[in-house]
Amino acid sequence: MRKAFEKEIQHLKDEILLLGGMVEKAILGSVDALKKRDIEASQAIFDNDDNINAKRYAIEEQVMVAIATQQPLAHDLRLLASLLEVAGELERMGDYAKGIARISLLMGDEPVLKPLIDIPRMARKGSDMLHRALEAFMNEDTETARLIPNEDDEIDGLYDQIYRELMMFIIQDARVIERANWLLWVAHNLERVADRVTNICERTIFITTGSIKDIKSSHDTETPSN
Amino acid sequence: MKNKIVIENLSLQYSDGNESLRDISIDIPANAISVLFGPAGGGKSSLLRCLNRLNDLTDVESISGKVILDGEDILDPKVNVIELRRKVGMVFARPVVLPFSIRGNITYGLELAGVKQKSPLDEAVERSLKMSALWDEVKDRLEEPAIALSGGQQQRLCLARVLANQPEIILMDEPTSGLDPLSTAKVEEALQVLKKDYTIVLVPHSVQQAARTADYAAFFLQGELVEWAVDKEIFTNPKDQRTEDYITGRFG
Repeated sequence: MRKAFEKEIQHLKDEILLLGGMVEKAILGSVDALKKRDIEASQAIFDNDDNINAKRYAIEEQVMVAIATQQPLAHDLRLLASLLEVAGELERMGDYAKGIARISLLMGDEPVLKPLIDIPRMARKGSDMLHRALEAFMNEDTETARLIPNEDDEIDGLYDQIYRELMMFIIQDARVIERANWLLWVAHNLERVADRVTNICERTIFITTGSIKDIKSSHDTETPSN
Repeated sequence: MKNKIVIENLSLQYSDGNESLRDISIDIPANAISVLFGPAGGGKSSLLRCLNRLNDLTDVESISGKVILDGEDILDPKVNVIELRRKVGMVFARPVVLPFSIRGNITYGLELAGVKQKSPLDEAVERSLKMSALWDEVKDRLEEPAIALSGGQQQRLCLARVLANQPEIILMDEPTSGLDPLSTAKVEEALQVLKKDYTIVLVPHSVQQAARTADYAAFFLQGELVEWAVDKEIFTNPKDQRTEDYITGRFG
């Protein structure tokens, strides 16, 4: 009984890792397509969000079946509840990538306002944080889970930098407002990705300790992401 | 929280040398469901039986410590055991109905205690059957033999029989182990209502039932009280690794 349940839990964890991989790819891909002005790639990422959503719901269903059939308690219960939560967080991150793809599609033939340097850096940093946060989640490595959210400062710093730079463009020439705003949306979506990485880290700590705490207050302002 | 029963340093050893309870101290609150759970042989039923001196009937080698009910140590040999058992009723795993009618099962104890008039007996039958959530199913056939009832109904009849004596404490030893989920739910729902007026001590037949019903929960292992917790915390975040191992099915 226990063996079958443990196998099921491992399978669910693997599924989360798979979903995480899909989301990482979407985040990096959406920014890359934006940078290269590759409309086809942006469209593919936009469309692929349906697959990310479907994966999330499939995981949710499997977790609910496990809860119903195994009636888990203690660590098992906290883990399964966290799998539900993390699946939801990943799906929302997928939405941010979809939002970035949507902006790229909205831009159409327009060139980007400025060469993209900090935005791809934010995307790489965010997806790297996500990758390690999921690894820590899989291994229930609370120590790493406590450290990763500190890196959010770097993301926030990049966001502030991008914000200031875009404001400068707008001040110099009000006609670029729309193009600047598109990039600001992109940066904001990436900033939200990192916030949700923190939520995953909080869940990792919850699984082992049973206590749920805000590791760090994050920016709670939502932007239209899709 | 008012404590109904205070158990102090209770130890019990059976004559075959097995130690069943080791230095148990626990306060059982009034108007709540306290659940005693753990693997077989952990001491939970032994403890339950101490609470109405049913252990007097088993081969107990030695017993020490105190079980204080309303200020009186019920382990004191001078205690009137009949009176104690009226105050502390018990429902067992297997329903044992008496070879009487449904009504007769409930009035039997009262008649023994000297109640002869019809109206208080009728009143007790209706009241206790309503409290045990059986009234609606049997009100039109009270004179039928109790043995004709289903297992789940028989168990609720046993509960009604206990309630008819107006106890203060209800002890239940795996009361739904032989029941289907629907009957189990009915008994558990009845307990949720009863706890407003009674102190309930329950040995559940599964950890899931413990989690569903407990206001307070005690985990017993090999005669030792490992963990005692308020509310459901012991099921979501147990403090002791042995509790964790047991409720997640790693042993037991």
